[in-house]
Amino acid sequence: MSATLKQPFGAAFFDRHRCASHRAKLTTLIALVPALTLFAAFWLLPFSRLLLMGAEADRSSGVSAYLTLLTHRQYLISLATTVTLSLAVSVAAVAIAGFAGFFLARHRFAGQSLLVAILTFPLAFPGVVVGFLVIMLGGRQGALAQTSLWLFGERWVFAYSLFGLFIGYLYFSIPRVITTVMAACDNLDQSLEEAARSLGASHWRVMRDVIIPGIAPALLSTGAICFATSMGAFGTAFTLGTRLPILPLNIYGEFTNYANFAMAAALSVVLGLITWAALALARKLASNALGASV
Amino acid sequence: MSQRLRFSLQLGFTLLVCLFMIVPIAMSVMAGLTENYFQGLQSGLTLRWVSEVWALYSDTIWLSIKLAMACLVITTLIGVPAAYGLLRSRHRIAHAIEELLLLPVAVPGLATALALLLVYGSYREFRASWLFILIGHVLFTLPFMVRAVHSVMHTARLPLLEEAASSLGASPWQRFFGVVVPNCASGILAGALMVVTLSIGEFNITWMLHTPLTKTLPVGLADSYASMRLEVGSAYTLVFLLMIVPLLVMIQWAGKLTGPRR
Repeated sequence: MSATLKQPFGAAFFDRHRCASHRAKLTTLIALVPALTLFAAFWLLPFSRLLLMGAEADRSSGVSAYLTLLTHRQYLISLATTVTLSLAVSVAAVAIAGFAGFFLARHRFAGQSLLVAILTFPLAFPGVVVGFLVIMLGGRQGALAQTSLWLFGERWVFAYSLFGLFIGYLYFSIPRVITTVMAACDNLDQSLEEAARSLGASHWRVMRDVIIPGIAPALLSTGAICFATSMGAFGTAFTLGTRLPILPLNIYGEFTNYANFAMAAALSVVLGLITWAALALARKLASNALGASV
Repeated sequence: MSQRLRFSLQLGFTLLVCLFMIVPIAMSVMAGLTENYFQGLQSGLTLRWVSEVWALYSDTIWLSIKLAMACLVITTLIGVPAAYGLLRSRHRIAHAIEELLLLPVAVPGLATALALLLVYGSYREFRASWLFILIGHVLFTLPFMVRAVHSVMHTARLPLLEEAASSLGASPWQRFFGVVVPNCASGILAGALMVVTLSIGEFNITWMLHTPLTKTLPVGLADSYASMRLEVGSAYTLVFLLMIVPLLVMIQWAGKLTGPRR
């Protein structure tokens, strides 16, 4: 075939191809535009304003709210308390629910699916409801208060303290961990466990050397999600008491009680950075992790 | 340690965790149905508190349903095309866009709500209407719809089907509605259930954005916990559970439909 004959055909083909690829790109763009417009107008623009607002003068100190946040004891204590509490909740939830989730994934028995249902359904409870459930457990009329009144003649109340928050955060963290751990155990190659066992490894050796390393990314990922969720949990804290030194409650207080918008903005941005980083880590470790605040 | 003993110990531990999860729910349900919680069950069972909740708070329930439905419509209309666009974009661009859309979930609701108030709070009419809350709900739930649809599209081998349709002369529009949408119906269903459940339960954004005339169910719940007697709060919680539990059952069922086989 000569070059003169080949060229027009080739050009026409190339033209048509380019036209089609242009159209395909346009279709892709059109499909994405509504979501991106909404996001830009109602999240990106407002959040950028929030970022700038945090740099404005704090009402009481008169200097930039970001700077005030870093130099005032009150805010630093809140930050430290929130981080410590969230870390403690994450570790406890991963330990407790990791153990229960592994057990449920590896055994089949009558009523097993009922137990799984009980442990996972509270996943979608909003924070306010979880707060109320903590009141049911540890409030003035709660389960503990009634039991201790009956046994020792006095009411034991923990709901309205940091420990109450710990219990509440644990409550909404456990279902998250259970679902992740059960899925991770299902994906784990069981033959490894069998091999270890047939080589004479004890139950705990298998657990320590095979299972935990095998599901470690899932454990870390779900732990990071629990941490982020606990850091940002407003509903539970709001129900249990607005005087506790917790970042979400500080933000709410600065905004509604003191009209200190700069500080509310600065605290929100810092809190947002922390939760975003934790969730980004979680997604890096396990690609299907999404996380949701309560 | 013998096999049996170990099994019993682990089962015992798991049962304890289950008790921790279920006891407060059971107590709350009981409190909502007893005449006087402080006297206990002997005071008798009643639906009095539930009907009181209905009289006081039924408009919050209707508003929540309205919001959830509107949110579902918008997230479907925006989210399904967006998932399709992500599927057709280059991997890195798709990843970046997904990360962006996820920000309203990754950042606490309080921050999103403050930001919205800062920029749009001064538009009185908009601020006072339920549409203001709807914006917050759409931002928060959209990533869940996009993610659910996108993951089904990935497994449905859409590019191949689309190529076939296009070689038969189907326009992009025809391909989208004739091939893409029917093939990711299960993803849309899973996403829809997620969106409705999350919207009905959303509190953090809504609390900041609501006005006395635009109270949703969770806002009403917080209200009743703070100012009503325990029985009313419990009965209200019971109503909420009755709404949310069927949705959760359906999510599990849809998950079995679309998810990997176990």
